[in-house]
Amino acid sequence: MPHILTASPVYIVGAAETPLGKVLDQSELSMVALAAKEALGEAGLGLRDVDALFTNYMGEEGSVQLGEYLGVRPRYAESSDMGGASFEFFVHHAMTAIATGRCDVALIAYASRQRSRRNRKKAAAALDGSLSAQFETPYGIHFPIGHYALSAARYMHQYGATPEHLAEIAVAARQWAGLNPKAWVRDPLTIEEVMASPMLCDPLRKLDCCLVTDGGGAIVVARKDRARDAAKRPVRVLGAGESHVQWHVAQCPDLTVTPGVASGREAFAMAGVKPGDVDVFEPYDNFTHAVLLYLEDLGFCGKGEAGAFVSEGRLRPGGSLPSMTSGGGLSYCHPGALGILLLIEAVRQLRGEAGDRQVPGAEIAVAHGTGGLAFSTASTVVLARD
Amino acid sequence: MTDNLSFSDLGAADPTTEPFWQACVERRLTVQRCTACGSHQFYPRPFCLSCEATELEWVGAKGSGTIYSLTTVRMPVSEDLAPPYLLALVDLDEGPRLLTNIEAESAGIGDRVTVAWRRRDGLPPLPVFRLSAG
Repeated sequence: MPHILTASPVYIVGAAETPLGKVLDQSELSMVALAAKEALGEAGLGLRDVDALFTNYMGEEGSVQLGEYLGVRPRYAESSDMGGASFEFFVHHAMTAIATGRCDVALIAYASRQRSRRNRKKAAAALDGSLSAQFETPYGIHFPIGHYALSAARYMHQYGATPEHLAEIAVAARQWAGLNPKAWVRDPLTIEEVMASPMLCDPLRKLDCCLVTDGGGAIVVARKDRARDAAKRPVRVLGAGESHVQWHVAQCPDLTVTPGVASGREAFAMAGVKPGDVDVFEPYDNFTHAVLLYLEDLGFCGKGEAGAFVSEGRLRPGGSLPSMTSGGGLSYCHPGALGILLLIEAVRQLRGEAGDRQVPGAEIAVAHGTGGLAFSTASTVVLARD
Repeated sequence: MTDNLSFSDLGAADPTTEPFWQACVERRLTVQRCTACGSHQFYPRPFCLSCEATELEWVGAKGSGTIYSLTTVRMPVSEDLAPPYLLALVDLDEGPRLLTNIEAESAGIGDRVTVAWRRRDGLPPLPVFRLSAG
């Protein structure tokens, strides 16, 4: 019996990036508007058709501000802050809302100019009375590199992963970026160059960390019959799952395990597919070692085995599990919240429109988002060529 | 420091954490203990995370623990700390895990550590850790 959320299939019927990189001639809202218009246009729809709006990081009561700007008055709306994974969560929630008749056409959108504005904060305010200010800030933990460094150090200690294993992730992402004209950095990169880059918080070096760029995107989720005039092939949402755990790093019982264990299990079960069926993997590559954890937690390999799993170029172009095929957050674009771009790249691959980086015959793709501080949140979305 | 100084007013504490910071003034490291199930927890909450009982007491921790994870911060983060410095997660022998600094040139995961105190202007001393002797 099909899952209740997939009994009547739901599709991503439109997907578009905002301007990317360094964006000086747009606001965040105008960037979202451009992407929303393009994504809706792919589906043969307009803003007037949107009756559900999902966004994050677009200011206080974000969906309200964005709805006003777009002239959308949704009957279903959400501005939940699940960090960079919010957009995978939103696909899951949009499926639920569509399946239960709460909406028909869901617009999920986001943009950031964190690079141009230089407004990325390094730590919680010292005296804001928060638990972070009391128990994290006084110790000089960088948000979020310090949190992820503590995870990476423990993971390497516990499972014997090496700096070369981490560097392989950055190299794989860069090889894909070399095939993507929109990628922020495209120069060839070697394992040795990653390992020679400056150490920021051991064991994470500069090239183990994602970019800080402007960017964003929009996707449209609907039943196929709402996009009869679609100019582009809709992509079916086979399954989705989500979970979240700790905010403060000291509250995490095991920094080598992410909530992706739960989100992946649910998403694959709903989709009725196995990790071995996946043709394209779009992991939230905010840090190199993070990808190793996702591979294990989603079941692509056993716990502690991801270093060996990736070391034969398996994630690179031509490898058996093409991953980060846009170049990822490490080399293509990381606008503060990468999750929307993971979905867009997965859609491009399944439509067969990814140009030089197209994975031949891609039929099933997984976008796996994370958010917060050292894997606070996770959401997994399984997509399929229809 | 006077007895009636409120760290909440400074923004250094909130009403639930104020007993912890008051103990820090006396250089005592404290955690919550559940009077029902005996488990220890930190940071403080008005209920026990293990058994959901609501009767908890503040008890002194031994001040000894083991490094669960460790990083050397080599980038500027805070005006109060000049890199490089050691940032760690320490598992207290009572159970709770703390984010802290290790005051040492170098240390390793699994090393045994003992609480020490860092003076702060206008704020309670901060619990940090040193490598245990022997």
